[in-house]
Amino acid sequence: MAKMTGKEMVVEALKREGVDVVFGFPGGAIIDVYDQLEKDGSIKHVLVRHAQGAAHAADGYARATGKVGVCIATSGPGATNTVTGIATAYMDSIPMVIFTGQVPTGLIGNDAFQEVDIVGITRPCTKHNYLVKDVKDLSRTIKEAFYIARSGRPGPVLIDLPKDVQNAKAEFEYPDKIKLRSYNPVIEPHGKQIERAYRVLERAKRPVIYAGGGVIISDAHNELRELAERTCTPVTMTLMGLGGFPGTHELNLGMLGMHGTYCANMAMANTDLIIAVGARFDDRVTGKIEAFAPFAKIIHIDIDPTSIQKNVKVDVPIVGDCKKALRKLVNAVKVAGRPEEAWCDQHQSWLEQIRAWEERHPLGYKEEPGVIKPQYVIEKLYEMTKGRAIITTEVGQNQMWTAQFYKFDKPRTFLTSGGLGTMGYGFPAAIGAQMAFPDKLVVDVAGDGSIQMNIQEMATAMDQKLPVKIVILNNRFLGMVRQWQELFYEKRYAATKFETTPDFVKVAESYGATGFRAQKPEEVEAVLKKGLETDGLVIMEFAIAREEGVFPMVPAGKATTEMLLV
Amino acid sequence: MKHTLSVLVENTPGALSRITGLFSGRGFNIESLSVAATLDPTLSHLTLVTSGDDFIIEQIIKQLNRLVDVYKVVDVSEGDFVEREMALIKVRAEAETRAEILRMCDIFRCKVVDVSPKTYTIEITGPESKLKAVIELLKPLGIKEITRTGTIAIIREKKTA
Ligand SMILES: Cc1ncc(C[n+]2csc(CCOP(=O)(O)OP(=O)(O)O)c2C)c(N)n1
Repeated sequence: MAKMTGKEMVVEALKREGVDVVFGFPGGAIIDVYDQLEKDGSIKHVLVRHAQGAAHAADGYARATGKVGVCIATSGPGATNTVTGIATAYMDSIPMVIFTGQVPTGLIGNDAFQEVDIVGITRPCTKHNYLVKDVKDLSRTIKEAFYIARSGRPGPVLIDLPKDVQNAKAEFEYPDKIKLRSYNPVIEPHGKQIERAYRVLERAKRPVIYAGGGVIISDAHNELRELAERTCTPVTMTLMGLGGFPGTHELNLGMLGMHGTYCANMAMANTDLIIAVGARFDDRVTGKIEAFAPFAKIIHIDIDPTSIQKNVKVDVPIVGDCKKALRKLVNAVKVAGRPEEAWCDQHQSWLEQIRAWEERHPLGYKEEPGVIKPQYVIEKLYEMTKGRAIITTEVGQNQMWTAQFYKFDKPRTFLTSGGLGTMGYGFPAAIGAQMAFPDKLVVDVAGDGSIQMNIQEMATAMDQKLPVKIVILNNRFLGMVRQWQELFYEKRYAATKFETTPDFVKVAESYGATGFRAQKPEEVEAVLKKGLETDGLVIMEFAIAREEGVFPMVPAGKATTEMLLV
Repeated sequence: MKHTLSVLVENTPGALSRITGLFSGRGFNIESLSVAATLDPTLSHLTLVTSGDDFIIEQIIKQLNRLVDVYKVVDVSEGDFVEREMALIKVRAEAETRAEILRMCDIFRCKVVDVSPKTYTIEITGPESKLKAVIELLKPLGIKEITRTGTIAIIREKKTA
């Protein structure tokens, strides 16, 4: 076999992995790989305006498609600029491969120009990472990186490429399959544990399914729905789980936790059995841990053993792929043969209780004449786009209102930074999703603060002619932080008000995009309609009630039943 | 509770810092750590002494297993095991104390490995408790310097077939 240079190997490996688009930003230490990408010409490269944007775009692409997202950056500042994007993907278990340029091997450790120990920096926020010092190891390393990124509990994997390695030559060996003796994620759940889970489920009177991002990652939505329907069990979802079970389903309780629905949090507080699927009992979900689900037995399905027994004691741990585990559990239900009506009879008073909670405090907001309520904007956006949009969000109130008022029926249609809560995520992620699905409607719901964190990517969207729609809920505050200050810091609004905010309509226009603005409730529908119908990149700005809050809210450290309501 | 973990890891440059980073990043503590080669040059062997309740130890073991480079983790302190540590202790040894130190070495089966007009350097091996006892006894005489290997451990074989 003919020898290849490192840069050729990178491009060849990307092709073998079926990568059709990469996001990146060039520099001296990665110029050789760029040169090869250009010469080869078969892989689409999206030039961003900030390497953080490239990482988020690769992440958005991965979340929307389930494939591995790929991004490229140069050494030093290029590499460090990707770190927030890498950590964002890591916290939400998103498969990504990041290539960074590095100074030549002979200069490593010398504080060379644009040298940074990116492997050291990203060690705690990657699933795995590599510094490739010998071109002979390169092809195998790339193979491993993609395999590790997408298998087990997915995550980002970084490959640091010294400049000399990009140009050195070796054999290109790219096996179809590899086995790593030290890395063997458990995929197949244990049959005995499934049986135990069934026996617990069979006896439960007040069960609830608590579904997280793992349901979406493992494509387990059909199995989840089947389990819920066959056993007449209601479902609540984490922020990451939204879309894993239809938001319009009658067994859906909505999101739980800090900004969860009253009925979801009440259900968790009173349930006698939690079936946790691909969720990790994070503090935003449990609230004060001592008061969490006091009567519940817990079945916990997760592919990552470290998620189990981390925060709460579990009665039936099931390590394995969510889809496979749910399939087996559904089979156990089928084999046992209890008819659906019998399940519904057993849970009837529980479901009635849940309905009563739902009616007592449904999600809602107070209308005020002449003022645009953000929840209203999201409701209208949902009405106009239901089912056909991929929605991304920034972080803060905009994110929570979207989670509450937009009903996601399908997986991979809601892309949001859950674990890290990264402002500036939503717009570049929308670019990634739109690259994957050029014909779908992709909307980023943003706050006026967050959108400014990666607003430079408007140029990227224009370059690629991407028709992303940006909805800015402009409260002229860093709203979520302001809400905490209002509630817990006696309204001292320290550093949450910007003195200067750009005219977003003009910003849109200056990039060659289109901008619309609504200042009164009557204008909301028309602006959404025009905005969604306009071709190309659009900003729709809504001047919303400045001090509107997100409710329900469980104050940090309180029990989830201690909700502040509308 | 103290636990002694035996960890086999890929002999790669980043592996050790991944492990120590895991401990510092997640607030677990390392009481001692020793690393050495194995018969297989591609694997390194780590003995790690840590402490925590069962909940924490379970997390530590799972988190270690989650690292891509970690091949195998065994909590050797779960069952019967032998543990040893070695220390080299440089102790002040003047005319009036030299005999006493040698007597103590005899009792504890230590070896004098270096002698100077004013010091003895003593090598001692044993479980951590023995090292502690000897160090306590030598302290009043004046320990000038001390260096320890950290604990290593191995599971005891069953005595019956
Ligand atoms: C990069 C980053 N910095 C700071 C925060 C803390 N933070 C969380 S929400 C929020 C306010 C967001 O403001 P805005 O984007 O205007 O959204 P709103 O809450 O008003 O909808 C801030 C500052 C964060 N999540 N991410």
